[in-house]
Amino acid sequence: MKIFLRFTLILIFYSLNILSLTAAEKSHELLKPGWSFKGFFGKFDRASLQRGYQVYTEVCAACHSMKYLSYRNLFETGGPEFSEDQVKIIASQFEVVDGPNSEGEMFTRPARLSDNFVSPYANDQAATAANGGAYPPDMSVLVKARTGGADYIYSVLMGYENPPAGISLDDGVYYNKYMPGNKIKMAKPLSAGAVEYIDGTEATEEQMSKDVVAFLSWAAEPHLEARHKIGFKAIVYLIILTILVYFSMKKIWSRIESKV
Amino acid sequence: MSDHEYTPKSKFGKWFNDRLPLLSLANHLTDYPTPKNLNYWWTFGGILTFCLITQIVTGLILAMHYIAHADMAFESVEHIMRNVNYGWLIRYVHANGASMFFLAVYIHIFRSLYYGSYKSPREIIWILGMIIYLLMMMAAFMGYVLPWGQMSFWGATVITNLFSAIPLVGESIVTWLWGGYSVDNPTLTRFFSLHYLIPFLILGLVVLHIWALHVPGNNNPIGIDLKKPSKDTVPFHPYIVIKDLFALLLFLIIFAFFVFFSPNILGHADNYIEANPLVTPAHIVPEWYLLPFYAILRSVPDKLLGVIAMFSAIFVLVILPWLDTSKVRSAVFRPLYKQFYWILFADVIILGYVGAMPAEGLYLLVARVATAYYFLHFLVILPILGSKEKTLDIPLSLTEPVLGGSPNEALVRNKKEI
Repeated sequence: MKIFLRFTLILIFYSLNILSLTAAEKSHELLKPGWSFKGFFGKFDRASLQRGYQVYTEVCAACHSMKYLSYRNLFETGGPEFSEDQVKIIASQFEVVDGPNSEGEMFTRPARLSDNFVSPYANDQAATAANGGAYPPDMSVLVKARTGGADYIYSVLMGYENPPAGISLDDGVYYNKYMPGNKIKMAKPLSAGAVEYIDGTEATEEQMSKDVVAFLSWAAEPHLEARHKIGFKAIVYLIILTILVYFSMKKIWSRIESKV
Repeated sequence: MSDHEYTPKSKFGKWFNDRLPLLSLANHLTDYPTPKNLNYWWTFGGILTFCLITQIVTGLILAMHYIAHADMAFESVEHIMRNVNYGWLIRYVHANGASMFFLAVYIHIFRSLYYGSYKSPREIIWILGMIIYLLMMMAAFMGYVLPWGQMSFWGATVITNLFSAIPLVGESIVTWLWGGYSVDNPTLTRFFSLHYLIPFLILGLVVLHIWALHVPGNNNPIGIDLKKPSKDTVPFHPYIVIKDLFALLLFLIIFAFFVFFSPNILGHADNYIEANPLVTPAHIVPEWYLLPFYAILRSVPDKLLGVIAMFSAIFVLVILPWLDTSKVRSAVFRPLYKQFYWILFADVIILGYVGAMPAEGLYLLVARVATAYYFLHFLVILPILGSKEKTLDIPLSLTEPVLGGSPNEALVRNKKEI
């Protein structure tokens, strides 16, 4: 029994190791600011998500789309949890192309709750062309699409530096400590005071980076809180059931002289 | 099949059973005499059946929401993750379920290797098992392509391109597999179709696998033939059922940890980037469970020979019952084989590790040595061991060492080890 468990653990450890090893090619140890949504009981910080949304719309959304999110997600449980009325106002500030109407014409109307986030560019090509040939990736699942996840995105936001002596950069290319290859085509997006937080929090670089990364983490995994909650219950249930079955097994096998 | 005739008690039962002996089958399954000394390594058959059913059920639900089209597949997966009720749960169970399935199948295979379960009269069970394993790898590979992320696309490109190594017709075969001149929408739709088909083939083979098992009955840690039914056996129900259930629950706890608390750790981050034929990922790596074969493939400098080596790695397993010439089944009584067994185990782990690393420098060297050793084990060491190894005396029945009637003290000691 003991060997059985130990063996299983070793195998799991091994599989985990492989993945961290395949991933390990960053030149620098990532910054780890500590996230409220990590761990068994991890939850998002609502205020931080709301501030993060503000940073996203006021800064990131100029170039980065988030096409898999809908405006209604903003008031759903487990997210930033704005009120429904707030989200209606937020959505109505965006224009979406709809149609064709009965005359066969396309028309624009204010966005509704059910609409997906409006993208800043008509298509990927337009986005690439407008950004010096570098496509600004869609941010819906960005946190899951990068090794290192939230820590990595946070580190990149905080990792802009003057290039070390001997490295010359082309126009429109910037030096970033954490970016693989250290070159990034996005100019430093967040500097102190880039947004004015509605809730009065001081908009330092760290604060904005943390908030926006928390928001992106939620966007990539909108059901994270439900998952943690159900997962905890499921495991407690399984453990209790396992204990009960263990004793039943002992009882049944007591009729046989062989041990289980 | 069970020796004694079974007659249902009720009149209807008898009438029905005479026409379709389902009740006899159920009776056979509950009474099926099982060695009472089976350890927990024997619970993985039940666990694997559970894994297969889980994959089929979750897969069925996913297929209701998934769209097999190059332009919509990625989006439809996000739709499942965000908008479908508990879609995230079903998808994470399905994705991690594949890894759990392989974890269990590897334990199942290594158990068989240790206790010589593939030997006469169980060769057919073993070969059926190997076909299942091969189909599992195909299903897993095609399933990984369906989300149409970067690793899906490039993994599919790399693996299908292997067939181009076949002389003369290679290129045509690849074009035929793709349904075009590159991995594209036709590739995706056929992979989806096959991914849906294969689990049912596996299910059918599992029935045969169990049927073939029920002819000679289970092997056991001592590896001797048992009289059935006898004092050495217990009826499958309730003894083995409850034990399998207990082991399954422990397995499910581990499963649940992955699903609920690190659902993406076994996958690759790049697969959350939509497939882009114009951008190649820095490293194209398969899922962890295919890494040893990937290492074998890459350790051979020639493409065609590499592909042959990779398929041979599975083929030597298929013919294993005839490569291992030792009459003694269990490694418990084979002191030398036991050591080689653990070396092989370490060898496969090393192959898996270097399979995840770039194929260059020291990694490549290690991969080559490990590949050579893998084949050496099956093709040279095992046949030689069969004739040269001095095996320990094997007991006549499970109870013998305990009764103290055995002339050999080593048996009593071995008994403790079991």
